[in-house]
Amino acid sequence: MTDILLIVFAITVLFMSIANRIYTYINILIFQGFILFGVTYLSLTEINTWNLILIMLETIIFKALAVPLFIKYLIKRNKITREAEPYLPNFISLIIVTTIIIITIILSSSIEDTYLDKTYFVVALANLFTGLYLIVSRKKIIIHVIGYLIIENGVFVLALAVGNEMPMLVNLGIMLDIFASVLILGIFFNKLGDVIKDPDVNFLRKLKD
Amino acid sequence: MIAIFLLGTLLICSLLFFNKNTIVNYTLVIIYAILLWALGFYEYNHINIVEFVYFKPDAIGVLLLFALCIVSIPTLYHCYLYIATHDETPHSRGLFFASMIMLLSACSMAYLSNHIAVTWIFVELTTLSASALIYHHRNIRALEGVWKYVFICALSISFIYIGILFLSLAMKQAGIEDMSFDSIMEHYDMLNLFWLKLSFLFIFTGFTAKIGLVPMYTAGIDAKDKAPAPAGAMFSSVLMNMGFIGIYRIYGIVSHTQIQHWASVIIIISAVLSIFVATVYMTHIKNIKRMFAYSSIEHMGIVMLGLAVGGIGVYAAILHIILHTFVKPSLFFQFNQIYRVFQSKSINDVGHYFKYNKTGAIVILLGFISATAMPPSGLFISEFLVFQSLFEAHQILILILVLILLTMIIWGFGSNIFKLLFTPPLSIDESKIPRINPLDSVSQYILLALSVYLAYNPPAEFVNLIQEAVTLIQ
Repeated sequence: MTDILLIVFAITVLFMSIANRIYTYINILIFQGFILFGVTYLSLTEINTWNLILIMLETIIFKALAVPLFIKYLIKRNKITREAEPYLPNFISLIIVTTIIIITIILSSSIEDTYLDKTYFVVALANLFTGLYLIVSRKKIIIHVIGYLIIENGVFVLALAVGNEMPMLVNLGIMLDIFASVLILGIFFNKLGDVIKDPDVNFLRKLKD
Repeated sequence: MIAIFLLGTLLICSLLFFNKNTIVNYTLVIIYAILLWALGFYEYNHINIVEFVYFKPDAIGVLLLFALCIVSIPTLYHCYLYIATHDETPHSRGLFFASMIMLLSACSMAYLSNHIAVTWIFVELTTLSASALIYHHRNIRALEGVWKYVFICALSISFIYIGILFLSLAMKQAGIEDMSFDSIMEHYDMLNLFWLKLSFLFIFTGFTAKIGLVPMYTAGIDAKDKAPAPAGAMFSSVLMNMGFIGIYRIYGIVSHTQIQHWASVIIIISAVLSIFVATVYMTHIKNIKRMFAYSSIEHMGIVMLGLAVGGIGVYAAILHIILHTFVKPSLFFQFNQIYRVFQSKSINDVGHYFKYNKTGAIVILLGFISATAMPPSGLFISEFLVFQSLFEAHQILILILVLILLTMIIWGFGSNIFKLLFTPPLSIDESKIPRINPLDSVSQYILLALSVYLAYNPPAEFVNLIQEAVTLIQ
């Protein structure tokens, strides 16, 4: 069951590579949050109940609801246009993301380690690299934020793989999540919207040598 | 003591944030400075004793903590000068000092932490406090600087986190549960080397954002440019030291294993590329503050070279980073006076600085000599030792390349500094130039003199601490 969820999770990044509208990205983020909720429940079988409840609450409240809804609110408030404005055509994006997934599968099959479930490893790395790819290939700053959140989701999957032995690391992951999202979104993106309407990266290209 | 220090910091920060009274504000800052020094002395007297479960003041931690204590006093004084000349509201003044204090505390705790996860938490905290400092002026360019800084630092802490996860996988096989540096060091021969390699790669890349090396150095440059100069001084000294200690501790573990050679190659590549990047920008740059920032990148490259080559190089690296902690802030402090005279950061608008501010101009000249490591600068000794270690390790090609790049840096740096000091400015209204109090430059003289003193006549305790710190690396 965990494997099925993780594979669905990997498929979502393919969807993301061909998405045009920002809302599609947000819906995929919400979907990923729910999948993580399920994966957390299924993988962390050995940790104490309170910690498990805390982690699951974080995935459902923070990853699946609060952050995506807040991004939706920001888009409305700052009147950001709905188009993601990729630098590359969708077809090429799809090929690149597929290549990323294939490479991570090849990479993980070359590892000889009985201590790690490789599905987690593949899904985590695929998310990490797709997130990085989205950041460099999209014009809008809000998509960069979404790309970062996808990286976080990938990292969280990796944390779940070691979560039973070291629950502290999963808690640290939650801290990273909350800290970075609050810092990037809460304090900051609000201000960005106030000063610049319709933020795209071209407004932020003056600091250079 | 660490618990008291953390509580004290929290209390002082929150009081500063809500307080509106000027006298209370500065009293709190003075209390903090006393608390910080008390911590420094306490930890020096309790070296290698585990405290508050996760902290252990070892030699390298104590050295960097003392360096932080020493620069914190002039920093807080220059913060006061900065705020006094800028007509700040009580709220923005409180926020500025609170963030500065949080930055200093987070860095000191990261030095003393003996647990990789705890170090990571304090790295996060420095990002938070640094972003408040960068965004101090609330304008569009500051916004751009802080956005880039926050985004890249967020990525970097995710990278460090991934590195920690891989490290836990490397430890799983060995059956180690405790992630403290001591416990990992004890079982280094049982770690899974594949995961350790990946872990080192991610942790190193993550920390490059803080220390200012290729690949993630970019955010730091914009941050130092847009933050007020005293904050820029901290970013290019104590914050970089924090990146250094992160890399130093993980490399300390790796250097005992078979992948030591591989790791040192990675560090050397990053170091040489950093010096190269610094050279490219230093020879073209027109913004004085960014020039200082790129000079820091160059110095971190040299430090990393010493660390990676080993032998006497490790000693030199630690000496270099400590001396750099004193030299670079003095240049940044001086920048505020330059800005008050010329109202510009651009090298095209400045000139004849000797005429307008003699004491300040001498600081710039001495700072230039120190930062380019020309004798009698203290950095000359440490840089010389790094080159000696490169020579002994038969890395002649790298040595020649670095020497050529450094010569170009001296040329670029020098032509800008001499323009600032001696060439007449294009157009300047001399009636508007304020008189700068010579006493404002005293702290810079002391810091520069200290760097010379520590290099040429180091006290025995100082040498012992460095030698003890070197034993972490094999």
